[in-house]
Amino acid sequence: MSTTPATLVHVDSVTKTFKRGSQEIHVLDQLHLDVKEAEFLALMGPSGSGKSTLLNLIGGLDRPTTGSVQIGPDRVDQLSDRQLAAWRARHIGFVFQFYNLLPALTAERNVELPLLLTSLNKAERRQHVAAALAAVGLSHRAKAFPRTLSGGEQQRVGIARAIVTDPTVLLCDEPTGDLDRKSGDEILTLLQSLNRDHGKTIIMVTHDPHASARASRTVHLDKGQLTDTPADPTAP
Amino acid sequence: MKFLPLVWAGLKRKKLRTILTLLSIFIAFTLFAFLGAIQEAFRSGVTMAGLDRLITRHKVSLIQTLPETYKNRIKTLPGVADVVHQTWFGGIYQDPKNFFPNMPVEPESFLLMFPEFVIKDTEKQAWLATRTGAIVGRATADRFKWKVGDRIPIKSPIWDQPKGEAQWEFELVGIYQGAKKATDTSNLFFRYDYFEEARQRDKGQVGWFTIRIANPDQAAEIAAQIDETFANSPYETKTEPEGAFAAGFAQQIGDIGAIVMAVVAAVFFTILLVAGNTMAQSVRERTEELGVLKAMGFSNRLVLWLVLLESCFIALIGGGGGLAAAWLIISAGNPVPNLLPLFMLPTHTLVQGGLFALGLGLVAGAIPAFQAMQLKISEALRRGG
Repeated sequence: MSTTPATLVHVDSVTKTFKRGSQEIHVLDQLHLDVKEAEFLALMGPSGSGKSTLLNLIGGLDRPTTGSVQIGPDRVDQLSDRQLAAWRARHIGFVFQFYNLLPALTAERNVELPLLLTSLNKAERRQHVAAALAAVGLSHRAKAFPRTLSGGEQQRVGIARAIVTDPTVLLCDEPTGDLDRKSGDEILTLLQSLNRDHGKTIIMVTHDPHASARASRTVHLDKGQLTDTPADPTAP
Repeated sequence: MKFLPLVWAGLKRKKLRTILTLLSIFIAFTLFAFLGAIQEAFRSGVTMAGLDRLITRHKVSLIQTLPETYKNRIKTLPGVADVVHQTWFGGIYQDPKNFFPNMPVEPESFLLMFPEFVIKDTEKQAWLATRTGAIVGRATADRFKWKVGDRIPIKSPIWDQPKGEAQWEFELVGIYQGAKKATDTSNLFFRYDYFEEARQRDKGQVGWFTIRIANPDQAAEIAAQIDETFANSPYETKTEPEGAFAAGFAQQIGDIGAIVMAVVAAVFFTILLVAGNTMAQSVRERTEELGVLKAMGFSNRLVLWLVLLESCFIALIGGGGGLAAAWLIISAGNPVPNLLPLFMLPTHTLVQGGLFALGLGLVAGAIPAFQAMQLKISEALRRGG
């Protein structure tokens, strides 16, 4: 008998409005989204549709104007700045489009960064870093600086950094957007493996249908609302 | 401690800029330490002055002499424990640039008056037994590589040489040490009885008197009494504590303390701008990196401390390096013995320098650190991407 996975991410009636001068821009409008545990969700939509804004709200980088964001038992939108920082350190792993590695640190030092916020000692941190680098197949490049790594390798270091603390949710913002097809495929395979073999819940923002095909579910964001079908590019 | 590699990485990001900033701070603090040593050299006479000693000189100026007979009259005044005299000889050894102070004194009472000049008893006895004998401090003995037994020829532009002699000549019978590190050991002292007999003019005249008083609390009272004793005479006097006398002596060149303070203030203000600009640029360039750190869970307060730590790191490495370099140079030897006989880096200047470096780091890093703390993650990542 199979059990239905529980909802891990619950976004309810969320609106997000930005002010530009006297003008108000409504990026998200009464948006609802549920993501189940161990789900690999692809979030697609045209530029400016609010994909990254939604990802930021789920990751606790920003707060909704109205509505609620709940991850597991935590109401993210109600946490203070300080609580949010600690919550992110414990529950969220970010993977960025342009890798965002610190250029003056080696691969292993970059991966170690989130662990500096934990109570692990140096030897324990080293063990976790080695395991994360092994998981992305980059143990042999641990001492390399980002400038000596290819784009694909840098993104794998970025993923190792995101998973090193074993976060609840992995949030990926266009993780293959800066990579060639081959490196992009490798990254997607790696994300798929993390989801399938390790049960990681992944939410991935992408433009690329090839990337979204690797996800277990795809939703489309258009005009601040989610749909199951892509927006009509010919629509006015 | 675990965040140090992160701070270090921030400094390594733009190596040339970090090195240039470090170099500016290094030079500023080396200069600060040298100015501190110069100020100390001028102040040493004041700080080492005896609290129980007064100086009586001619009321008009230090270069005018007083009758030696005043000594006995001063001695009879109530509260006076002892009196000695000294006279500026202005002697030159080989070349005018080889300046060092030299004075005729009465050996026994002089050594009792100035216990800070420490001499072996055998050398003291030799001085008492040798009419042309002289003693010199360790600094000047080392400077000219003199040793006991040497004959020291000296020409004085003030006092003609003894009849039939080409110059004054003294036999070095002793080398005294300073009781404290800051004691001036550059002086040469020779016997007054030899000087009095051999000089051609102004016999019976001396430069100034040093007076030991029984109770330092009565200094002002006794000084007034001495000056009153010689009021309306051809040789009126001015009596003041030894510290004030030394300060007045140094003031002849200018207010060294004020000059040093002005230079130090100008240098530090410039360095503050340099270090502040470096930190501001560094933080601006790292907006995206700071956003990433915050996204990982680094709190606003932790980011503030990391930026401040980086700023303090630069200031302390540069400042500490500058102070250490100055200490090494100054410890290696006095570069200007003829100008400043006592040239040392006092501990309080080093401590002050360390505190200034820390302050510089905190002030230079304050605004960039605050800006980094205030940075919104989503904006930081948008600006970077």
